[in-house]
Amino acid sequence: MSMTIPTPWRRWLSGLVFAAVALVARAEMTVEIVGGDAGRLPIAVVPFKDEASRVREALTPTVKGDLGFTGVFRLLPTDGVANLPFAPGEIRHADWQAAGAKYLAVGRVEPASGGQVRIRFELVEVGSRRQLTQGEFTVGPERARDVAHTIADMIYEAVTGQRGVFNTRIAYVMKSGRDYLLQIADVDGGRPQTVLRSKEPIISPAWSPDGSRLAYVSFETRKPVVWVQNLATGARRAVGNFKGSNSAPAWSPDGTRLALTLTTSGNSQIYVMNADGGSPRRVAYSDAIDTEPTWTPDGASLLFVSDRSGGPQIYRVDAGGGTPQRLTWQGSYNVSPKVSPDGRRFTYIRKEGARFRVMLQEFGSSDARVLSDAAYNERPSFAPNGQMVLYASDEGRKSVLYAAHPESGQRIRLGTVDGDVQDPAWGPFNTP
Amino acid sequence: MNWKTSLIGLSIVAALAACSSTKPADAGAAAAGSGATIVDGSGAGGAGGAGALDPLKDPNSPLAKRSVYFDFDSSALRDADKATVSAHAGYLAGRPEQAVQIQGNTDARGSREYNLALGQRRAEAVKKSLQVLGVKESQVEAVSYGKEKPRATGNSEADHAENRRADIVYDGR
Repeated sequence: MSMTIPTPWRRWLSGLVFAAVALVARAEMTVEIVGGDAGRLPIAVVPFKDEASRVREALTPTVKGDLGFTGVFRLLPTDGVANLPFAPGEIRHADWQAAGAKYLAVGRVEPASGGQVRIRFELVEVGSRRQLTQGEFTVGPERARDVAHTIADMIYEAVTGQRGVFNTRIAYVMKSGRDYLLQIADVDGGRPQTVLRSKEPIISPAWSPDGSRLAYVSFETRKPVVWVQNLATGARRAVGNFKGSNSAPAWSPDGTRLALTLTTSGNSQIYVMNADGGSPRRVAYSDAIDTEPTWTPDGASLLFVSDRSGGPQIYRVDAGGGTPQRLTWQGSYNVSPKVSPDGRRFTYIRKEGARFRVMLQEFGSSDARVLSDAAYNERPSFAPNGQMVLYASDEGRKSVLYAAHPESGQRIRLGTVDGDVQDPAWGPFNTP
Repeated sequence: MNWKTSLIGLSIVAALAACSSTKPADAGAAAAGSGATIVDGSGAGGAGGAGALDPLKDPNSPLAKRSVYFDFDSSALRDADKATVSAHAGYLAGRPEQAVQIQGNTDARGSREYNLALGQRRAEAVKKSLQVLGVKESQVEAVSYGKEKPRATGNSEADHAENRRADIVYDGR
């Protein structure tokens, strides 16, 4: 039995549009896992039959990279194993059980009409022989990487019950020489694409909830201005361009409004405005700094940073305005909040001595746990399934990206070959 | 305080100078050696235009100083920088059409956006001082580069101190 690609994936695969992306940067990122194997689920992904000869990019290295990236799986080696299986009927369960495998993914690539390839795979529970998921994809060979991400999503969901994030993308700013490159890439850092290149700083990229647009702060006009750029067409406009500084854009969950920081009152204060432009409405009032707004998933309130009590702390306020409530009480410097997709917790940066740590805190509690280990970290954001937190980490002369998996305590380093990567933002589930 | 008194004097001189000339003269070649003794920021145009040195281009003018510095986590003007601010106030008060941008900066530690706001607070402090000294609100834009454009890229305390700064920028210079 076989199944076709689930509708959302099929739509996405056929609708890939990267037309507006100006140029592809040479700097690529590689994934490197930091942390132990304890508690991870052992899985073997057997190289698909004929994948090397039929698809432009090999499938299973991408599938393995994705699964390793989650912190959920431990990938068993398949090199040197005799009689590798390519279909469920070929699996010698006793051998794989002895090798410690709990799950086994097998697949094969065949020619299809019109120069396309047919890619089939099955995920099998070792021992019970239960088939947990399977898929069949008929695509051009150049789409192998998309199929690999989709297969990883299906495996991840079949095992964990959580939606996978391997078809999502990340945005970040790469400093390359004197240039600032606003880039988007696959979640593993693959296929980086530059959407804006500037000699002046670019900071604070923020994805629209449908993944079609980025808001960001660009200094190209010799001051910070908030821009919104359509990723498919490349069209962009300055939506926050008032006297003074304009910064810290954050999309409302319905994608119609932006919260941002303006200084027209003479100090940095938080406003909400239509994402297409228009008149900003002030949300909170202080004679101190209020900045870094971010929405709760229900759109009812905003978290933000204010130093109204002295040092910067995180507050919550109704999106319609009202009296802010302080959320952080430990530490003298808590900044850069982001709320989890389920609305139950939030991540932020706490300064402790000379360390800037990524924290995770439940609403309704003042206790927080540390997700990062390096000394200097910036700008955490949740994966759209809430299972990982992406942040930038300073390694001496350059900044790199890490993804922390709160449940396992594992951290994955997205090492750069070249450049200095900062201000990451994890994009939404892909629904173009 | 003698600081305030001298400022008032400067503002008046600036206002008078502005009456005789609507715009600062160009610093032409003829001015190169002639106008180097201007003592306040308001001298441009006082001699009737042609040949006079624009004090903005005079390296010996107090206006040549375009940066003011701040203590860690502070946006209070230091006494040592008040003469610089007053000189620019005098120049600007006499030229209501002259716009200026104040660019706040911070050291490299901490959140980019919070630092942007800290730099803004420094720029606003300079802007308010200029306004107190007679500069129109509409002439001055306070903006921030936060920690994005450090002048000193090292990690020493001296580097950090160099970056805790507001720059007074005329016409993009």
